[in-house]
Amino acid sequence: MEHIVIIGNGISGITAARHIRKCSDHRITVISGESDYFFSRTALMYVYMGHMKWDHLKPYEDWFWEKNRIELKKAWVEKINFEKKELIFSLGEPLKYDKLVIATGSVYNKFGWEGQDLKGVQGLVTKQDLIELEENTAHTKKAVIVGGGLIGVEMAEMLRTRKIEVTFLVREQAFWNNILPLPEAKMISKHIRSHGVDLRHNVEPDKILSDENGRVKAVTTKDGEEIECQLVGLCAGVKPNIDFLKDSNLETDRGILVNEYLETNIPDVYSIGDCAQQRTAVGLRNPVEAVWYTGRIMGETLAQTLTGTRTAYQPGNWFNSAKFFDIEYQTYGWVWPVPKAKEQHFHWQHESGLKAITISYNSESREFLGINTFGIRMRQEIFDLWLNENRKIDHVLANLKLANFDPEFYDRHEKEIFKSFKNNLQEA
Amino acid sequence: MSRIEHNMSLTGDAPKAINAQQKIATFLGISGLFILLLASFNINFPNKSLWLSISLISIFAGIVWFARASYSDKHPGIKNDGVWFKSMTSRGYLAWLAGIALTGFYVILYFYPEYIGLRAEGANTGLIALFDPLSKLLSGNPASQWFVYGTLYTIAILAFGVKFLWKYRHNRYEKIRTFSVMFFQTAFAFLIPEFMARLNGKGFSLPYYDLKNIWPLNYYNFEQYRVDDFISSGTIGIALLLFGIASIFIITPILTYKYGKRWYCSWVCGCGGLAETAGDPYRHLSDKSQFAWKVERWVVHSVLVFVVLMTTAVIYSYLGEDASKYWLTRDVFLIGVGVFLSLLFAGIWYFKREELEKDARYGAIGYLVITLSLIGFHYMSGSNLFLFNAETLRASYGFLIGAIFSGVIGTGFYPIFGNRVWCRFGCPMAAILGMQQRLFSKFRITTNGGQCISCGNCSTYCEMGIDVRAYAQKGQNIVRSSCVGCGICSAVCPRGVLKLENGSQKNRIDSEDAILGDNVDLLDLINQKSK
Repeated sequence: MEHIVIIGNGISGITAARHIRKCSDHRITVISGESDYFFSRTALMYVYMGHMKWDHLKPYEDWFWEKNRIELKKAWVEKINFEKKELIFSLGEPLKYDKLVIATGSVYNKFGWEGQDLKGVQGLVTKQDLIELEENTAHTKKAVIVGGGLIGVEMAEMLRTRKIEVTFLVREQAFWNNILPLPEAKMISKHIRSHGVDLRHNVEPDKILSDENGRVKAVTTKDGEEIECQLVGLCAGVKPNIDFLKDSNLETDRGILVNEYLETNIPDVYSIGDCAQQRTAVGLRNPVEAVWYTGRIMGETLAQTLTGTRTAYQPGNWFNSAKFFDIEYQTYGWVWPVPKAKEQHFHWQHESGLKAITISYNSESREFLGINTFGIRMRQEIFDLWLNENRKIDHVLANLKLANFDPEFYDRHEKEIFKSFKNNLQEA
Repeated sequence: MSRIEHNMSLTGDAPKAINAQQKIATFLGISGLFILLLASFNINFPNKSLWLSISLISIFAGIVWFARASYSDKHPGIKNDGVWFKSMTSRGYLAWLAGIALTGFYVILYFYPEYIGLRAEGANTGLIALFDPLSKLLSGNPASQWFVYGTLYTIAILAFGVKFLWKYRHNRYEKIRTFSVMFFQTAFAFLIPEFMARLNGKGFSLPYYDLKNIWPLNYYNFEQYRVDDFISSGTIGIALLLFGIASIFIITPILTYKYGKRWYCSWVCGCGGLAETAGDPYRHLSDKSQFAWKVERWVVHSVLVFVVLMTTAVIYSYLGEDASKYWLTRDVFLIGVGVFLSLLFAGIWYFKREELEKDARYGAIGYLVITLSLIGFHYMSGSNLFLFNAETLRASYGFLIGAIFSGVIGTGFYPIFGNRVWCRFGCPMAAILGMQQRLFSKFRITTNGGQCISCGNCSTYCEMGIDVRAYAQKGQNIVRSSCVGCGICSAVCPRGVLKLENGSQKNRIDSEDAILGDNVDLLDLINQKSK
């Protein structure tokens, strides 16, 4: 019986632990300094908004861990002695391992802005960040959010529920335009503004100014404007949480470098989730993927390897989802913000400005490459099938209603979308 | 429920106090209630029709206005901001006040109607007298405590129905479903029975009959006085009696097969109607623990057994012994019940045994053996059927289940235990429909591949306490007997993962721990290894 130690109780680490338990009797220890029990990080915003309580974030009841013989240890790992196979904590005795899984997730980016460490300046990734946000916003009337990504728009929504005025600084010409094609990005920008957020495009922060108590009082932009605020949300992306591994033999780049089997350069040491970086990217995916389901798949995959079946990480067709205030977003396959060579986009938008789709296809072979869908739910199963079968866009559009996943009685738009596509072709 | 809250972020400020319009609306609604309260204290209003109208209109308008002030200036979309911060919806002081007031109301209604003016002889007084004009207008008779209750119940469903419609105006499934419960309450539960009472006269006296209130929820439907009334009312009466029997044995199974139990529980039923409208602000209070689920399975099925035994005993008690007078004698009936239950049991056992959990098997066998041996015991010893006499069983059921469970606890404790306590733990109708839904139905909640992020909105807002997330994060369909198909899990899901559907029974229940997005080999491996 081996002792498998997992650092990090997020979705990757916990999935690994659960699946190792399913397939073996190894001793399993999961270490986290962040929280006693696994919780769903993606739902932190709902606690702040009063939709849920902390307990609701926990996908498993507290008795689950003991019943499944998964030992939980609350501690911060300070250093790893890879030679002696030992973890050193900020407090307490070291812990020996036979196999080590590093699943420490992400921290939010700081890009060296002046004043980025002031009181009232923070991102939102961990439980501690949420507690801090709660304290920081107790007396906040105005906030500035820097960086237009998913956490940024979530934070804007959160703050708006507390009636805090939000100025949202985005580097791109429309929200998330580094990921979304321009028409969609513009639609989302408009929607964000309709929720009372002062969204500013093409604006980058310059400095964060301090008051006499070391607390933020304003942000200046590169255009020289000064925006008063009591909170600055740093939402310009996340990076692997690997600072504690500095000065070790573990090979790292942006993240911990792993091969397709999630093995690091040190034997018996593995890394999964947000903190791992693939030496060779899988398909068109980013080598560092900070996505919920990839963490889950890495956990499942590694558990197979650790229980005797060496298995490569193969995450299948790309997909993802998010929600921007009231607009749900799903994506299947690849839709690039600016079409790549031979990639063509067909865009349709509903008159309400709350629904849209973009289908990306090969302009020569007409092969379907991917879809972004806003305000219309779609079935992953169907798109997965179409992508695997290399279907053409014509097939996708003709059968789009099979993919619809909206609740019963919702308005359907397949005909309109089909017609719009045909009209577009004639114009082109 | 009594766990200590280790929560940090709940120190948060609730969204600011209610706005000016909401204050006026509250004042209006409370004024309406105040008139009713004054009437309860025997203040004699000079013009009852006028004051009753003022009161009821104020209550209705107050609620609707409040809802409008809450939602009209907001975008269509999910409206759960601050639910856990507000005293009224997070078991705070206001919630307890409301709970105590409601409970008190039910206690008076069921056990002390004389305090609100019911008089055995002579004209009503107090609150009930205030409702006389409306009752006379509808049925021609003076009001009873049940008429008062029915009127307020209907107003609650209508007014809070409008609130719900506003709240979920972006979701057509929710809107249509709510129109449906509002319609069935107003027409079937409230107006039609009152109009039917108008038809009654010499030699024709239909019992009060809400056609959608089906046995065993309507546990008294086959009691002697009702059956006598039905039979004495000629063809219409017989038709209604047959409809009552067909409802449970033919109509319900067909509809549940096609649509799941939601067609009843969240589209038609009055209890469900109140839970989905007035009870909606409390849906997140249901207990999601696995322990609660266990309790639920035992309690709700025990109530079902209780109601079957009670009804059997009651019908048995008024049947004759002589086959030459009427074919349905005590023996025929009792043997019929025994054979029916055995066949039902054998059928489920033969076709669906694999789908039953261990405790379901034990429970089913145990209860069948007890029931059959009680019948046998009765024949051997000649003692009372099911040990107690029928009247004792009937009275105990009416008191414990009909009044205490469904009324006082089921509705009175909305603000504390959530809005579906009765439906989940107590309703025998829900138990029957649930069995059908679990074993013989096309309905399921489909999960959208690997899109689930385990956020927990679905589980939190499931009024039946189903841990929806536990299924969704594994990519499994949700097929649970207790699901009433309210559709809120799907509505609150931020990633478009859940969809209520009627589809083929093939692959309806997918027990594999496998999620789309994983590659196929990995899935095979996981499933192989975990077997």
